[in-house]
Amino acid sequence: MSGLRVLMPGPLSLLQDAGRHGWQHLGVSPAGPLDLHAAAWANRLLDNPWGTPLLEIALGHLELESELDSWLALTGAQVAATLDGAPLPPWSRFPLRAGQRLRLGFARSGQRAYLAVAGGFVAPPLLGSVSTQLREGLGGLQGTGEPLRAGDLLACQPASLARGASVPWPYQPDYRAPADLRVISGGDAPRFAPEQLQAFFTQGWQLSPQSDRMGARLLGEALHAPTRQWSQGVGRGAIQLPPDGQPIILQADHQTMGGYPILGWLHPLDQARLAQCPPHHELRFRPVEIGEAQAEVREFYRFFGR
Amino acid sequence: MRLEPAGAEALLLVLAEQPDAQLPLRIALLAERIRDELGPLLRDLVPSWTSLLLHYDLSRTDHQQLTARLTPLLQRWLAEPLPAEAGRLHEIPIWYAGADLAEVARLCRLSVEQVIELHSATEYRVGAIGFAPGFAYLGDLHERLTLPRRSTPRTLVPSGSLAIAERQTAIYPQASPGGWHLLGLCPWRLFDVRREPPCPLVVGDRVRFVAVGEQTFRAEGGPL
Repeated sequence: MSGLRVLMPGPLSLLQDAGRHGWQHLGVSPAGPLDLHAAAWANRLLDNPWGTPLLEIALGHLELESELDSWLALTGAQVAATLDGAPLPPWSRFPLRAGQRLRLGFARSGQRAYLAVAGGFVAPPLLGSVSTQLREGLGGLQGTGEPLRAGDLLACQPASLARGASVPWPYQPDYRAPADLRVISGGDAPRFAPEQLQAFFTQGWQLSPQSDRMGARLLGEALHAPTRQWSQGVGRGAIQLPPDGQPIILQADHQTMGGYPILGWLHPLDQARLAQCPPHHELRFRPVEIGEAQAEVREFYRFFGR
Repeated sequence: MRLEPAGAEALLLVLAEQPDAQLPLRIALLAERIRDELGPLLRDLVPSWTSLLLHYDLSRTDHQQLTARLTPLLQRWLAEPLPAEAGRLHEIPIWYAGADLAEVARLCRLSVEQVIELHSATEYRVGAIGFAPGFAYLGDLHERLTLPRRSTPRTLVPSGSLAIAERQTAIYPQASPGGWHLLGLCPWRLFDVRREPPCPLVVGDRVRFVAVGEQTFRAEGGPL
């Protein structure tokens, strides 16, 4: 199969689809895109179904050369994209012909760009998914959990679409704006001292540079948490409090079980916003009712056809 | 018993405050029934020591509907006598030649032979699978072998390492960092995505370790 040749892979570019679901009882992490909003738009721009394999490109700095005529869509972080040197509009789909070169500069706003191709990138699925899980060595182009490397071929089919299209501007987030993140209460929250919960919501936190696809680590005034004895299943968005009092928010590559106390869960749609924050970005949290969050997530899934 | 939301797309069932010897098997039976009852409404189901986490498909169901469907099933489960079946038994060969065997013997004031004997005489139960794909937490380790985790975790534990910590024992299915004490090596691959199922153990299964020599270890496929 023909496709796109990787000339420059970027610091961490990963093949992702809807995630590896249905194996958490064996300890297998779901993985998938960190920013589901930008990933869903990239596929939608090309009329691809939800979860079609695409690239998550951390920080940009990627160059590809096409071996065929197709269409791509680029969303997420602002990465100064050019096609043979001509600038491309953000959050848009565009045609590329065999021999053309797509170049992404370093991210100027946001942390992760999403690049989709009409029909999706083709790779052998493992446990039902091509999503790359670095820690577990699963997924990706070779199935071994490797990020993209120079010389790789991103296999895909030729395609042609009638005209360009862009995401309407109200749906293009401004990643430089303060991050105002909503939290669904629950878990061990009733066992926290009220002033500790209050301190979580009133102080401004910083995103730690130690954060990764497994967890977003927060830096701030340490909180005191109750202890919990028995590990239990944990999910994406869980806000854990380890003994050092600095919260960790679980992301796409989360472990399946955890023993730290949980003070709540980040609103699923705000996990996308968190995924685009650079290190040391200020984060603020406020409570949201679970019913309100669920209605919004349902609407999001309906819109994107999940 | 508690049934509570765990974020917007999951539900946590806390089945007991403390685990007991029968609980993993009972949780496994309940998990099977929940899978049958909910089918595609479930995206993932994670059993652990005292709980079950249900990741559900929010496009198709919600907390209220799930609670209504789970309640009669849970009431039946609670009223049942202990299961007659004992759970599948796996006999796993171990070459007791781990890097910490002598150290464990010294810390527990036992001989190496006694450590091996105490470890392999116990029948264990899979209480949870997590930490890494196929990493099965087995309990309960003999109390004479109870040790805290190593103060400095190893950066690399070889794959197949049999290890102990606190009242648990486990085999590292892949090479990974780890803070448990290494007693031996298992020749089998305990997690392989190309096999169906990828992991032979499930929560509720029983495990017995059989001490073997280096020759059997190699014959069973142990790495050279």
